[in-house]
Amino acid sequence: MIVELGHFALILAFAVALVQSVVPLVGAHRGWGDWMAAARPMASAQFALIAVSFAALTWAFVTSDFSVALVVDNSHTAKPMIYKISGVWGNHEGSLLLWVLILTLFGACAAWFGGNLPATLQARVLAVQSSIAAAFMAFTIFTSNPFWRTSFPPFDGRDLNPLLQDPGLALHPPFLYLGYVGLSLAFSFAVAALIEGRVDAAWGRWVRPWTLAAWVFLTIGIALGSWWAYYELGWGGFWFWDPVENASLMPWLFATALLHSAIVVEKRESLKAWTILLAILGFGFSLLGTFIVRSGLLTSVHAFATDPERGIWILMIFAFFMGGALMLFAWRGAAMEAKGVFATVSRESALVLNNVLLAVSSFVVFIGTMWPLVAEMFFDRVLTVGPPFFNMAFTPFFVALAVVLPVGAMLPWKRGNLGTPIRRLWGVGVLAIALGALTWTIQTGGSILAPIGVVLGIWVVIGAAADLWLRGGRGSPADRLRRMARLPRADWGKATAHAGLGVTMFAIAAMVGWETEDIRVAHIGQSFEHEGYTLTLTDVQRVQGPNFISTMAFVDVERDGRFIAELRPEKRVYPAAGMPTTEAAIDYGFFRDVYLALGDPQEGGGWALRTYIKPFANWLWAGCILMALGGLISLSDRRFRVAAGERRAPPQAHPAE
Amino acid sequence: MRALFLAIVLGLALPAAPAFAVQPDEILDDPDLERRARSISADLRCVVCRNESIDDSNAELARDMRLMVRERLVAGDTDAQVVNFLVERYGEYILLRPRSDGVNLILWVSAPVMLIAALGIAGVALRRRTATEKPLSPEEEARLRQILRD
Repeated sequence: MIVELGHFALILAFAVALVQSVVPLVGAHRGWGDWMAAARPMASAQFALIAVSFAALTWAFVTSDFSVALVVDNSHTAKPMIYKISGVWGNHEGSLLLWVLILTLFGACAAWFGGNLPATLQARVLAVQSSIAAAFMAFTIFTSNPFWRTSFPPFDGRDLNPLLQDPGLALHPPFLYLGYVGLSLAFSFAVAALIEGRVDAAWGRWVRPWTLAAWVFLTIGIALGSWWAYYELGWGGFWFWDPVENASLMPWLFATALLHSAIVVEKRESLKAWTILLAILGFGFSLLGTFIVRSGLLTSVHAFATDPERGIWILMIFAFFMGGALMLFAWRGAAMEAKGVFATVSRESALVLNNVLLAVSSFVVFIGTMWPLVAEMFFDRVLTVGPPFFNMAFTPFFVALAVVLPVGAMLPWKRGNLGTPIRRLWGVGVLAIALGALTWTIQTGGSILAPIGVVLGIWVVIGAAADLWLRGGRGSPADRLRRMARLPRADWGKATAHAGLGVTMFAIAAMVGWETEDIRVAHIGQSFEHEGYTLTLTDVQRVQGPNFISTMAFVDVERDGRFIAELRPEKRVYPAAGMPTTEAAIDYGFFRDVYLALGDPQEGGGWALRTYIKPFANWLWAGCILMALGGLISLSDRRFRVAAGERRAPPQAHPAE
Repeated sequence: MRALFLAIVLGLALPAAPAFAVQPDEILDDPDLERRARSISADLRCVVCRNESIDDSNAELARDMRLMVRERLVAGDTDAQVVNFLVERYGEYILLRPRSDGVNLILWVSAPVMLIAALGIAGVALRRRTATEKPLSPEEEARLRQILRD
């Protein structure tokens, strides 16, 4: 009964979404206030209905209602409660419902917190947002309905994919979707502005918090996925340039670009058309990512034929929204005339360079991801584009970004000269290069990668700190600190996020450049040395888990006779799903992780055991957290909380710049 | 490979299945040859896996390919000969670093070409924007002088 209620709520929400995507548009066009005002309660109603629907599906999972086909396929009574809940979105149908839930949540937020928007703009934003929701609800109802019952309920379910039974991965999809879908609101704002024919500083100010929020979620989502790969896959890789990963990286790159160009719109009323285009492309790549991963198009062209219906639906949704928005852009985009002029050397130009690097790097990822498909379809060459290509083609863009970042961040708006920031930063540059050279001499042989990472990391992190310090003005350090504390939170957010990027870049380089590996057959009771650590395999046992059987090794880790940790790497078998997984054991440390993965028992006794020392591994995700934190600090800036809604004719001059 | 199928279906940003790749018994005694073997196998794709190199994959076939790489190395082949040997058997598909011949040239030059094009477009747009800041016309100059005099 509850399941049918959820099903019904979903259908009802679809009806509301259809009405909401038409009525407010007509109202805004004709100037009918009540038609426009209808958008707000409808947005709330849509969200409430989908929330009911989602709750009903969750209920079915929590109570293990095996009369629902989806629950049978993705749940099991013995599964821990948290994974019963995460099982709701651990499959195609349920994750689509989550997608719709978040879509309507953002729509409702635009209704609740958008009271200061002009009535016509808000009506149009809500209508566009609702049309996206309607398309995805139709997709859910007609091709991927999560509420279908089975005629013969089985005694127990088939269990969720064991790889997904993990705390990191339970949270990964919601965050990722909050990011993907959050970009839909930037898209709706862009389309609404094109319909209005007006983009100004106030528009930039409204669209930026939503983009920032989406970006923060996307950053966390990607970091969670990468962290999961690190500890779950058994050899500590964190990024594989897999099509599904690329599908999340491309929107992230566009969101980052959009974030920066929206600042120019907000502060200088420039780059308007470009910002609109970025907002459209950002969500476009989210949709494209969804299409790529859900149609199975990229793994094999033939997988596409196994479920052509779903792929074609998403392709149609993509074509409709992208085609429509881009046509509208071609028609109205030229009308977005820039007001603020700026010189070739200025903060604006630096942000243009940032946008060029980010957008082009995203297109590089796009081409690399799609190339096997293109080559097979048009040139009859079956080939692979793998990590070596992406590392080579993509990395230079981020190196370039890191090099220009501290300088660009210090340039004044409108007109500047390169001399000032270079004079202020040369000390940081010398320090970075000196420490990089020192690292290069200390490390015996090894790749040049890690020293470069050191140089870039220090340059970006200290550069961000120096920016804040210099913003503190002249005077005693105490005065400076006081003034720094009073800087807008947006400045702190900016410095934090930039420093986070520096930390992550350093960590990636350090981990790739300095990681060491040891593969051997370990015998119970025997010790071996690796990188100054003494590891002893003390025992291997079979352990029964709630819904799995584990082979668990017990390894004592010591250094210089001092006990550090007992690590327990495991191999698990999930009988219901019939799948093995490895569970690496990691001793997390500030400067290094000791990473152990257990392999198979060997003929003639002993177990295969892999030991890695991963330097600065935690710094990678700490950097991502810093980036997200920077976004959050920026989001709490006064100008988004107070008077965010006023349209000012000229953009306010920014003090002390 | 149910795991990777699920990953596709779910649209998650997660890669392939758990791996326990290079087995202790595969490792060559000569550390130099072993290092070469590792670096060669990191660039070769396991044919039955999704986007995994044979160095990372725990599939049976990947193990066969790794052993083949080591056999050829022990037999005295150069790195390029080893790679060609495997490509002849399994096809271009196994190269994670795509070749830069024929149409693949498009792939390899795309990054620099797009960057140059984007910088060019941005540069022209910026110049045009700066150019809109026209000097004052004689009438405007006169008007300005008048205002300043007042």
